[in-house]
Amino acid sequence: MTTTKKRWIESDGAVSVLVVLMGFFVGTILVALVGKNPLNMYKALLQALSGYNIDNGRMNVRYIGETLNYSVPFILCGLSMGFANRVGLFNIGGEGQYIMGLTLAQTIALLGPQVPVVHWLLAIVAAIVIGAIWGGMVGILKARYEVSEVVSTIMLNYVALYLSRIICLQLPGATTYKTANFPKTALIENLFFQKITHNSLLNNGIFMMIGAVIIYWYIMEKTSLGYGMRATGFNKDAARASGIPVVKSITISMAISGAFAGLAGGIVALGSFKYGRVLAGMDNYGFDGIAVALVGNCTALGTTLAGLLFGLLKNAQALMQGKQIPKEITFIIQGLIVIFIALRSALKLYQEFLDKRKLQKEVGIK
Amino acid sequence: MSMIIGMLPSVLMIVAPILITAIGGMICEKSGVVNIALEGLMSIGACTAAAAHVLMEASGMNHSLSLFLALVMGLLTGGLFSLVHAVAAINLNADQTISGTGINLLANGVTIFASQILFSSDRTREFRMGMQTDALGIYPTAYIALAVVILSWFILYKLPFGMHLRACGEHPGAAESVGINVKRIRYWAVIVSGILAGLAGGCVVLTQTIQYTSNTINGRGFIALAAVSFGRWKPLGVAGAALLFGTAQAFAIIANNIPALRVLPTEVFNILPYVVTLVALVLFSGKNYAPAAAGAPYEKGAS
Repeated sequence: MTTTKKRWIESDGAVSVLVVLMGFFVGTILVALVGKNPLNMYKALLQALSGYNIDNGRMNVRYIGETLNYSVPFILCGLSMGFANRVGLFNIGGEGQYIMGLTLAQTIALLGPQVPVVHWLLAIVAAIVIGAIWGGMVGILKARYEVSEVVSTIMLNYVALYLSRIICLQLPGATTYKTANFPKTALIENLFFQKITHNSLLNNGIFMMIGAVIIYWYIMEKTSLGYGMRATGFNKDAARASGIPVVKSITISMAISGAFAGLAGGIVALGSFKYGRVLAGMDNYGFDGIAVALVGNCTALGTTLAGLLFGLLKNAQALMQGKQIPKEITFIIQGLIVIFIALRSALKLYQEFLDKRKLQKEVGIK
Repeated sequence: MSMIIGMLPSVLMIVAPILITAIGGMICEKSGVVNIALEGLMSIGACTAAAAHVLMEASGMNHSLSLFLALVMGLLTGGLFSLVHAVAAINLNADQTISGTGINLLANGVTIFASQILFSSDRTREFRMGMQTDALGIYPTAYIALAVVILSWFILYKLPFGMHLRACGEHPGAAESVGINVKRIRYWAVIVSGILAGLAGGCVVLTQTIQYTSNTINGRGFIALAAVSFGRWKPLGVAGAALLFGTAQAFAIIANNIPALRVLPTEVFNILPYVVTLVALVLFSGKNYAPAAAGAPYEKGAS
């Protein structure tokens, strides 16, 4: 039998690449249809990726630093979504967990003890913890009260947004949109990165992100905790029958899921801004994290690569706008990619159709 | 008491679009398809209606006719985009949450992209006049919502089609075995939810603002989704949930005019609707009222 050998189309990675290419393909057609030059879109993407401006031949490495910096929250929010997904939960609440992390980090940055290292470390740890609490609440609501996590996370996103506004408006120097500047000790800037990337905002957050990716991989693949969670995700009843505490498993995994998003909030607050922001709306990293995880098949490596792609798209937005391409094309491409991922089940149907036909043929020959 | 009556028009203005969308979402889930794309479909309807109205207004068309056509166009585009979800969920057995999320993301991009192309701006151009209130100070959208609720109740519980639709959501296999075309009924349900969400989007933009921006819908579709489960998948329950939510939201606007409440930041009242919904979901939790087959793809012949 040939079934032991996987066809390329069955490999998750190959499908993800195909799906991304299709998203770009349809996006390109759309740009052409509205009378713009799709080539400008790819020029912007190239510049965001490599820093090379093809039109005047100039090189600016700052773009590389910005792309990397943008991908950090995408990757972390992708991990957040991916972690919950492994237990069969759909965490749309990454946004709320991110906002809570961001808010607490800002608060501690302005009010915490101004001791080098201790200050920012405290803010980051607090962001992780509050993210975990915000996510864990969803887990408890789901496990104890059977409240659908889709609904509760959405509600908690808005609660987080307004709560953040209430808190941040009370912080020192708060106006309607920003607070006073953070003290130096709260920042996670990296002078070496700034030097080699022409003053991009790339900061120490990238190390934390790499750490988070490794932890994610380790928990998922190497620990019994991850095994229990994955088992719960595959079949809740079977997991319960084999002695895995399902309620605890759901709550803990939602808490860990929230911790990743909270960390993302902390890093954005202390790394990308020198002052606290009074949010007027959502930053959408949490929502985009859903797409990142889906493209990356919820694996550590896949999510990292997908996050880099989304960071690249985000960094290219301003460049596209400068080349008369509406920057919203990047949202369209992201949406298309997710829709194509949903449609990938069609591949399975096609596969079944092929198998059936093959079987019919074999039987026919006999 | 007079305060409550005074609040009524703004409550109805806020409730109407949420209720229309929620009824669509309820019909969809009753047939066995979960539609979390309601938010995006509302955005698409709102953007279409706003753009159509501003363009027809500029061409000097009769005001009422322009409003009517704008709503119709919003409704049709909502229905059109919901087809993506229908194909994914019904024909291809796709994960319904993922395809819904995809449509939401796509809607974010498509609406503003269209505004950029049509009006060279990240929002539609402002129209001069939206919908007007009647003698009681109530917008026509409230009557549309009322009609939608009554109609949905009548169809779901009084007509054979409604019974078939509910059967598809509870036990599609059994429904198929007595000759009901599950796929066709689910298609109708998804398209109706898209049409209603598109219509509701138009209602939002034509009563509450003067243009479409990326903040116009601002979670109303998600709230409608919550109203479906909070209202226990019953027309009257959903109406009650939407009303509770709308009152809480209208209260945020009204609290601004009450001196005793003005000491608190407005955000406290903004949070209220979401907290109320969450608390209500916890208090009324316990039994699962959701249609048994909601969210699961139906494969003919598979048991």
